[in-house]
Amino acid sequence: MRHFITVGILVLIAAALTYFGLTAAGLMPVEASVQSISIDWLFNYEVMAISFLFALIVVPLFYSLVVFRRRKGETGEGQYFEGNTPLEIGWTIAPLFIVIAFAYMGSYSLSDIRRVDPNATEIKVTGSQWAWKFEYPNYGVTSNELHLIVNQQVNLKMESTDVLHSFFVPEFRMKQDLVPGRVTEYRVTPSLIGSYKVRCAEICGTSHAYMEAPVIVTSAKDFDAWIKTQNAPAADPVANGKKLVANNGCLGCHTVDGSKLVGPTWKGLYGSQVLLADGSTVTADDAYLKESITNPTAKVVKDYPPVMPPFALKDQEIADIIAYIATLK
Amino acid sequence: MKRFFSSALARGLFWQFVGTLVGAGLITGIRALMGLSVTDKFFFTEPAWVLGGFFGVLFFMVGTGVTDDWIKWARGIDTPDHHEDRFEGWEKYVNVSLDHKVIGAQYAITSLALICIGGLFALIFRVELAQSQLQFLTTDLNLFGQNGPQLYNTLMSLHGMIMIVSILLGIAGMINYIVPLLLGAQDMSFPRLNAFSYWIAVPAAVLLLMSLVLGGFDTGWTGYPPLSARAPVGMQMFFLGVFTAGWSSILGALNTIVTVVRMRAKGMTAFKMPIFVWSAVATSIIALTATQLIGLSFQLVMFQRLFGMGFFDPAKGGNPILFQHLFWFYSHPAVYVFILPGLGIISELLPVFVRKPLFGYRWIAMSSMAIALVGFLVWAHHMFTSGMNEYLRVPFMYSTLLVAIPTGVKFFSWIATIWGGKITTPTPMLFVLAGIVVFLMGGLSGPPNATVSVDLHLHDTYFIVGHFHDTIFGGFVFPFFAALYYWFPKATGRRMNETLGKIHFWLMTPSFLVLTLGMMRIGLLGMRRRIVDYDPAMGFDSTHMVLTIAGFLIALSVLIFLYNFFNSIKNGEKAEGNLWNSRSPEWQVPSPMPAHNYEIPFEVVGEPYDYGLADAPYTKFMKPETGKHN
Repeated sequence: MRHFITVGILVLIAAALTYFGLTAAGLMPVEASVQSISIDWLFNYEVMAISFLFALIVVPLFYSLVVFRRRKGETGEGQYFEGNTPLEIGWTIAPLFIVIAFAYMGSYSLSDIRRVDPNATEIKVTGSQWAWKFEYPNYGVTSNELHLIVNQQVNLKMESTDVLHSFFVPEFRMKQDLVPGRVTEYRVTPSLIGSYKVRCAEICGTSHAYMEAPVIVTSAKDFDAWIKTQNAPAADPVANGKKLVANNGCLGCHTVDGSKLVGPTWKGLYGSQVLLADGSTVTADDAYLKESITNPTAKVVKDYPPVMPPFALKDQEIADIIAYIATLK
Repeated sequence: MKRFFSSALARGLFWQFVGTLVGAGLITGIRALMGLSVTDKFFFTEPAWVLGGFFGVLFFMVGTGVTDDWIKWARGIDTPDHHEDRFEGWEKYVNVSLDHKVIGAQYAITSLALICIGGLFALIFRVELAQSQLQFLTTDLNLFGQNGPQLYNTLMSLHGMIMIVSILLGIAGMINYIVPLLLGAQDMSFPRLNAFSYWIAVPAAVLLLMSLVLGGFDTGWTGYPPLSARAPVGMQMFFLGVFTAGWSSILGALNTIVTVVRMRAKGMTAFKMPIFVWSAVATSIIALTATQLIGLSFQLVMFQRLFGMGFFDPAKGGNPILFQHLFWFYSHPAVYVFILPGLGIISELLPVFVRKPLFGYRWIAMSSMAIALVGFLVWAHHMFTSGMNEYLRVPFMYSTLLVAIPTGVKFFSWIATIWGGKITTPTPMLFVLAGIVVFLMGGLSGPPNATVSVDLHLHDTYFIVGHFHDTIFGGFVFPFFAALYYWFPKATGRRMNETLGKIHFWLMTPSFLVLTLGMMRIGLLGMRRRIVDYDPAMGFDSTHMVLTIAGFLIALSVLIFLYNFFNSIKNGEKAEGNLWNSRSPEWQVPSPMPAHNYEIPFEVVGEPYDYGLADAPYTKFMKPETGKHN
């Protein structure tokens, strides 16, 4: 009996220390969405249960190793008992209740984070290897940054053009896969002004690690200001080209600093001699670059895979992009 | 050396090479006649490589001679029931043997070899991960047609699948060696099928490694389409390798079940079987009935690539999420295939070292069956973020959490077994105890992934990576080492060095705990799985450096183990008696075990784990006149 009381006290102490130790360590990133509050609420109870159950097993284990160890010169066997059916039934039934309680809390938390605000703004999200694109149908704006208004629910309608991707913002605590051939939904109510990042969480090929884009939560006023800058056409073709390049995900495969990704770098490309897969060479002039954007497989550069999809852009836009590429010496 | 080149292993590998060329040549010839392209980036075209890989496996199996008896039977030629081993020493293990103990050892050694390869891959990418930015797997690298990040993806994916195959071989090794001895059987029920199950795993491993040099693949071990439908030709070798390894698993499981049903000693009723046999049966039931689904799902992607059948291609009316359902219908129960034998080892060894009966034997036995059953009902918890129907997520949350109940029964029963014992802690017991603690950490980090809303954060992060490394090390790696230290004297008549064993243990265990706790920590903070590089702004650099150091310490401890293992075969301290003072039948006869096991059969007259009860033997060896074979 003395052993049981000692172990009982030690279990409670160990459980409390484990729980406070874990929570003091700061387990989660900041809470930046209304949904994250509900998720962290549930997770906190789970950490509590984990701490208790961990202590409940580990403390008697180590206690036994010390108290019931075979001492020097000792012979003989342990105490003979084969089992105890009421005890076995007890530790089958008790966890069943805990499990059902957590499943209930899980369902509650799930319904909480999926709560629909009828006034939620829709934003179209497109994932492709290896870039994010965000379209605001209400404003006619397309961007490679996701700007959100604090405390207003948005409903992201997400599509993928190629393989699976996953929209994950750790500070929002949620992720949702993008699946080719269907539209998936991600509802979130940002609650903290700040700058975060969406990071692709479903492996999508070579540059998966770099498939990230800024997520900026702002006040309504700052959001309107941002929309205005997006709508104003850039007077400078180079600046406009730079924006188009970012928004169309070109930089997922092409670099501007000379390093090598899936596609050839643009640094020093304009006007250079390009060696093609069929052994011929071509000068990278306006006509070649335009063809490589609208019909990429027509002339494939040697040692690069013919994987680039054709881009349907306006002539002026292509001219701006070429103007931008020409500045990359 | 000459004797190695004439061994079945060398012959098989030679014929696999020939078969690959024949298969690839056949397709290339047909393509040439049809006017299609005959060469590609990796010399042969993709269809040629696939048929080559397939032919390679067939040629390997015939080349080793493992199918000789079946071919003779088909031609009407009789063969003896038993083949006496023609080889001695190491040669026995590189040639075809029908003795379950030799096959068990072959499985275990192949498993260790694959653990070394998979571990080496892990060390390579752990070095890359030690710091943010790319250090040596850079975009300028070009190895096997892959740049650095692509090579990272290949190594990371292969680490997963090579380790899974090594686990399957490891559990098959334990089951093959131990189960017939525990049952009092002369061998497995189908010795030739048993040899076939082992040998087919070898060309499977070769195919998996071939994927590394054929452009690799970047999907992770899960091989989700559409990415897997676009990956280089290495993807096909991976699919074919897994498909082939599946045969080993299915046939081995079939053999185990029949052996347990048909070949138990006299008096060994179901609840008098040693507890490990229960877990072997539970694991075999899963492997026998679920493995087909991973083979099928991979085969469908193979056909999508080869024949343009759009099973998972939305443009052709296919559905990428269907693949995930098929895949996880095996791959979740598979996790229980990996851990149940290890949990059986824990239950089997605890009573020996605490000198007390196993607490709640029937409950532990039934909990294995319950885990196997519930394991079939939980697969979609891997898909909470996949875009499947939202409402499916709730029933799968309930069923997944139910797994905690039979698992809890095991933990509580183990603690009650230890309570009030007379505990000693030689090396096997240390690994058993660490197995319990590590598996507990794996078990407790599971339920947060089961509750949907929390999983939306945890899914595809390092939290999951830490969680399953805990379950696999606790449920397989630690018990596997315990079993190797424990039964080594039975196989060799010598024991492994105890000091080196303890160094192995005290080096590996703390390093491993640091590794997985660190993984879970950064995972909660947002570190994604399967990335070659991470944002330095997240501040994970120092943690990753610690994880890399911990990984290298684990590798060092395994090297110490390997030295101890191979050195002790010849130079270990003699241990021919009942070294651990066990009640189990195999320890009642001298080590090493003779070729056809028990020269005098035994019958079961008591309970298996009545330690501490006087005059209550488990087995009684029959008088010779009652018959040599039972």
